[in-house]
Amino acid sequence: MQSTTLILLLGLMAVTAFYLGRGRSLSLVGGHGHGLALHSLPGYYGYYVAIWVALPALGLLLLWVLIEPRIVVALVVNGLPESYQSLSVGELNLLVNNIQNLAAGDVISVDVDEVLQNAASQFTSYLEKSRQILAVLAVGVAGLAGSFAWRRIHPDLRARNRVERVVRWFLIAASSIAIFTTVGIVLSVLFEAIRFFQEVPVTDFLFGLNWSPQTAIRADQVGSSGSFGAVPLFAGTMLITAIAMVVAVPVGLMTAIYLAEYSSTRIRGIAKPLLEILAGIPTVVYGFFAALTVAPWVRRAGEAVGFEVASESALAAGLVMGIMIIPLVSSLSDDAINAVPSAMRDGALGLGSTRSETMTKVILPAALPGIVGGILLAVSRAIGETMIVVMAAGLAANLTANPFEAVTTVTVQIVTLLVGDQEFDSAKTLAAFALGLMLFVVTLFLNIIGLSVVRKYREQYD
Amino acid sequence: MVISTGMSAVTEIPERKAELTGETVGNIRSDHPFMVAEDVNVYYGDNHAIQHVSLEIGKKEVIALIGPSGCGKSTFLRCLNRMNDTIETARVTGNITLDGKDIYRKEQDPVALRARVGMVFQKPNPFPKSIYDNVAYGPRIHGLAADRAELDNIVHSSLERAGLINEVKDRLDEPGTSLSGGQQQRLCIARTIAVNPEVILMDEPCSALDPIATARIEDLMDELCEDYAIVIVTHSMQQAARVSKRVAYFHLGLLVEVDETDKIFTNPQHKLTEDYITGRIG
Amino acid sequence: MMNTDRTTRQKVEAGLPRRRRKEFTFKVLGIFATAVGILFLGMFFASLIGEGASAFRQTYLQLDIELSEEILAPDGELDLAYADFDGLVRTALRRELPDVSGRQERRELYRIVSIGASYQVRDLVAGNPDLVGTTQTLWVPASSTVDMLIKGNIDANVDEALRPISNKQIAWVETLREAGRLDTRFNTALFTNGDSREPELAGIKGAVMGSLYMLMVTMVLSFPIGVAAAIYLEEFAPRNRWSDLIEVNINNLAAVPSIVFGLLGLAVFINWAALPRSAPLVGGLVLTLLTLPVIIIASRAAIKAVPPSIREAALGLGASQTQVVFHHVLPLAMPGMLTGAIIGMSRALGESAPLLMIGMVAFIVDVPGSFTDPATALPVQIFLWADSPERAFAERTSAAIIVLLGFLLVMNLAAVILRKRLERKW
Repeated sequence: MQSTTLILLLGLMAVTAFYLGRGRSLSLVGGHGHGLALHSLPGYYGYYVAIWVALPALGLLLLWVLIEPRIVVALVVNGLPESYQSLSVGELNLLVNNIQNLAAGDVISVDVDEVLQNAASQFTSYLEKSRQILAVLAVGVAGLAGSFAWRRIHPDLRARNRVERVVRWFLIAASSIAIFTTVGIVLSVLFEAIRFFQEVPVTDFLFGLNWSPQTAIRADQVGSSGSFGAVPLFAGTMLITAIAMVVAVPVGLMTAIYLAEYSSTRIRGIAKPLLEILAGIPTVVYGFFAALTVAPWVRRAGEAVGFEVASESALAAGLVMGIMIIPLVSSLSDDAINAVPSAMRDGALGLGSTRSETMTKVILPAALPGIVGGILLAVSRAIGETMIVVMAAGLAANLTANPFEAVTTVTVQIVTLLVGDQEFDSAKTLAAFALGLMLFVVTLFLNIIGLSVVRKYREQYD
Repeated sequence: MVISTGMSAVTEIPERKAELTGETVGNIRSDHPFMVAEDVNVYYGDNHAIQHVSLEIGKKEVIALIGPSGCGKSTFLRCLNRMNDTIETARVTGNITLDGKDIYRKEQDPVALRARVGMVFQKPNPFPKSIYDNVAYGPRIHGLAADRAELDNIVHSSLERAGLINEVKDRLDEPGTSLSGGQQQRLCIARTIAVNPEVILMDEPCSALDPIATARIEDLMDELCEDYAIVIVTHSMQQAARVSKRVAYFHLGLLVEVDETDKIFTNPQHKLTEDYITGRIG
Repeated sequence: MMNTDRTTRQKVEAGLPRRRRKEFTFKVLGIFATAVGILFLGMFFASLIGEGASAFRQTYLQLDIELSEEILAPDGELDLAYADFDGLVRTALRRELPDVSGRQERRELYRIVSIGASYQVRDLVAGNPDLVGTTQTLWVPASSTVDMLIKGNIDANVDEALRPISNKQIAWVETLREAGRLDTRFNTALFTNGDSREPELAGIKGAVMGSLYMLMVTMVLSFPIGVAAAIYLEEFAPRNRWSDLIEVNINNLAAVPSIVFGLLGLAVFINWAALPRSAPLVGGLVLTLLTLPVIIIASRAAIKAVPPSIREAALGLGASQTQVVFHHVLPLAMPGMLTGAIIGMSRALGESAPLLMIGMVAFIVDVPGSFTDPATALPVQIFLWADSPERAFAERTSAAIIVLLGFLLVMNLAAVILRKRLERKW
C-alpha cells in the first residue's frame, strides 16, 4: 500500500472517530438536548477520540519510513553471495545504489548480472512486505487507541482540556522547528566540516593561498591531496561584496532620502512598488542578466577605455548584485529615517535649515545606527548570494583586488563542489561543508549584530 | 479642562446673539505693525482649516492665540514662517507681510524667512547632539559666526538669554536630551534666539512642562519681548493673561475677536469669547 | 540683543546661493538614485521581452509524409521502437526538394528539419496504426538553426563559414517559404514538452510541474506549521528564555543564506534520511524550512493587528484561551496570514540555490508525475538553459523567465488584493 493511501485511510478513520466520539458522549447523557450534563462540548469528545486514532498511528508511520530503508538495505546486503560481503564500504554503497536504481526500473551504468537482478527483485519484495506490515500495524494501532479512547468517554471526562493540551503541544512543537532548523544547520555543517578538518588542517584552510580542490580526484593519484587554501575565495567574496555595497549603499540611501523627504505622494506611490518588484525578481534572473547583458557590456566599456576586462569580471557580478540589494538598503534606510520623530525635522526646518541640511545634519545622524544595522544585513545578504555569482563570476580561484579580473566566491565553490557526481567521503565534497560553515558563521554574526542594532535603535524612539 | 466641540457649545446658549459670521470683532490693528496677515485662508486638501483671517502683529509685543482644540490657531501660526510648506496637501491664500514684504512672494526663500521668524514647538525637541551643538546648529547652517570664538560667543549669550547658562555651562558636551523637560524647552528657545530672529513663534511651549518650568519660561518671555515680537499659541487662559499684550480668539477656523489682553478678559465683545474664557467652551 | 539685525540678515542672505546650490545638488542626486533602480527595471524588462518574445513562436515545415508500409513494417509487423520514422521524414523532404543530390548535400538537407519531426510521426502512428500506408500532410518543427534564420537572429550576409547555416540550406528554406511550406506558429512545444538537448523541442512543462509539486509540499507543511508557531508565540508563549531563543532564531533564519538550507537538505534529508535525490519532496521540505520564518513573521504581524478588545470580549463570555484564538483571532487574522503565505510561496518559487545542492539540476526529459520522481524547478531550468551555448536556448531562457515572472506577478497580485480586503476590516 502506498503511504499516501495509508495516510488518507488514517484520516478517514479519524473523521469517523470524531463522529463516533461525539455521538457516544451525547448518547451517554441522553441525546442532543442534554449537552449541558457533559463537562465539555460534545465536539471535544469527538476530537479526543480522533486524536487518539490519528496521532499514535502517524507517529508509527513516520518512524517506520525513517527506519525502513536501512533495514531493507541491510537485509538485501545480507542476502548477497559471500564474495560481495567482503567489498569495501564505498564499493558496497555503489552496489546498493545500483540495486536500488535497478529496482526502481532505471537504466544503470554497469552490466546487469544475475546476482544484481536477484538482489533488486529481493529489494522490491522486502519493500512490499514492509509496506504491508506497516499498513496492518498502523491501522491496528489506530483502531486500538481509538477504542481505548472511546471507552474512556464519560460525562466527567475533561475532554476540552485534554484536546487543548494536545493542541498546545502541537503549537509548541511548531514554534520549536525554528530552533531545530538552526541546530540542524549547525550540526550538519559542523559534522562534515570536522571530518574535512581531519584531512586538511584548519590553518591550511583558513590561511592557505592556493585553492584547487579538483586535483584530488582519486586517492591513488599523484598530488592527490589537492590544495584547500580558502583565502582566495574569501578575498573574491569580499571583492564582489564590496563592489555591490559601493553600488547599493549610496543609491539605496539616496533613494530612501528622496522618497521620504522630496518626492510627492504620487511619485512615492509609483516608485515604491517598482522597487518592490526589483526586490521580488528571483536571483537566477539577475544572474542571467549579469552573465548575458551586463558582463559583455562591462567588457566592451572597459576595453573602450583601455582596460583588459575578463568576461566573468568581478565588476559585472558586483554591479548586478548591488542593484539587487538596492531595494533592501532603501527599505531598511526608509524604516530608520521614518523612525526619527518628526519633531526633529520640524525643529531643524523651523530654524531655517534647507531640506538637505535637515537630512544630513539632523535626521541622518539620528538614524545612523538603524542605517548601519541595515547595511550589515545587506552585507550578509551579498556574502550569501549564490546564483548571480554562480552564473556571472569565475570558477577559478584568483587572489586579486582588481575588479576587472575574474574571481570566485565561497558560494560558487560550494555549488561547483557539490553539483554533479560526488562521493560523500572525499575531501572535495567535505570542503563544501567547511565553506558552508564559514558562510553560516559569518552571516550569522552579521545578522545578529545587524538585527540587534536595528531593534535597539527602534526601541530608542518608541 | 472640559473638552467638548465648539458646535454643541453654540447650541447650548441660544438666547444670546453669538453667530459665527466670519467678521472679527475688536481691533485687529497694532500700533507698530511688523507682521501683517490679510484675508489668510489655509486648506488641507478639501478641508478649509483657516478662513479669511486678518491680523496685525506688532514690533516687540507678545500676542497670544487662544481657542478650543482644532480651532486653527496652530495652523495660523505655522503660516507665519511657512512651516505649512512642508505639508504636501496644505495650500495658503491671502497675504502675509513681514516688515512690509510679502513672505509668500516667489523670490522669498522660506529658509531665509525662517531665520527671521523662529519657532519653538509644543514638545521640547532638542536634536540628538550635545547642548553646544544644539545651540550652534542655527548659526552654523546660516554661517553667522566667522570663527570658533564668535560661535562660542553666540552660544553663550543665547544660553544666557534663555536663562540656562548657569545650569549647563559645565556640561555643554553632554547630549541635549539629558536635560529635564523644562531645561530642554529653554534649550530650544536658546537654539531659536541664537539665529537672532525678529519674530518668535511659540506653539504651546509649556503644555508638556510642569508648573515651575512653565513659570520660568513665562518669565523668559517677559524678557524676550523687549527684543522680539512673540506669537504664542496657548491653551491656558492664565498664561495668555500673564504674558501677552494682546489676545486673539480663534473658533472653528475663524478669528472671532482680537483685543488688548485686559479688554478680552474683562469685557469680551463676542459671546463665544466670553463662553471660552469663562470655561463654558473647553 | 545688540542691534545686529541687519548684519544677521545680510549674513543669511549671503550664504543662501551656496546653500541653494547644495540643496539642488542633493535633490538631483536623490532623483538620480531613484531613477537608477527604476531604469534598471525598465532596461531589464525591455531586454527580456525583446529577447524572449520570439520564443513563443516557432518555425514549422509542412511535409507530405508517406507512411509507407515497406519502411515502417518491412517484415509485416510494426515495431514502434525500431521503425525508421526518420527515413519517412527524409524521404518526404527529398520529395519536396527533388534537386538535391549527393550524399553531402542530402545530409545538409536533413539538417533543416528537427529530430522532433520523426517523434511526431511516431506518435501519430502509435495513436492510430491504421494510418500506415496513407500519406499525411503534417506541420513538423524546423531545426533551431532554420528557426533562428527565420527570426532574424542569424545574419545571412556574414561569411558562410562563420554562420551555422550554409548558403544551400538558406536557399532551400527560401524555396520552401515561397511554396508556402514554411510558417511560424505559436510554440506549443514550449509548454507541453520537458527539457531537451534540441532547443526547438525543449519545453518548460517538466520544470513547471516540478515547481508545482514542490510548492504543494511547501504549502501543505509551512502554512499550518508557520501559523501554529505564530499563534503560540503571540498568544500562548510565556516571556522566558525559550521563547526569546525561538524569536531570535526565527529572525536569524530569515536572513541565513538560502544555500545553507541546501547544505542542510543534502546532509539531513538525502544523506541521513535517505530520501531520493532530485525529488520535489526533498525540494519542498527544504523550501518549507526556508519559507517558515517569512510565514511566521507575517502571521505574527497579522495576529498582532487583531484588536485586543475582541479577545477580551470573548474571554469575558467564558471562552477558553484556545477557543478565543481558534474562534475569533484566527479567522480575523487569516487574510493577513494568507498574504504572508503567498509571499513566502513566491519566494520559494523563485529560489534556486538550495535546489542545486539536493540534485535538482539534473537534465531531466520526463515530466515528473509524483513527489518522488526526479524533477527540476522553473528557476533551475532557467539556470540550466542560461548555461547552454546555443543561441536558440538564450531565447528560450528569456521566455522561461517571462513565464516565471508571470507566475510571481499573479501570486503577488493575489497578495495585494488580500491585503486590500484586510484593510477595511476595522
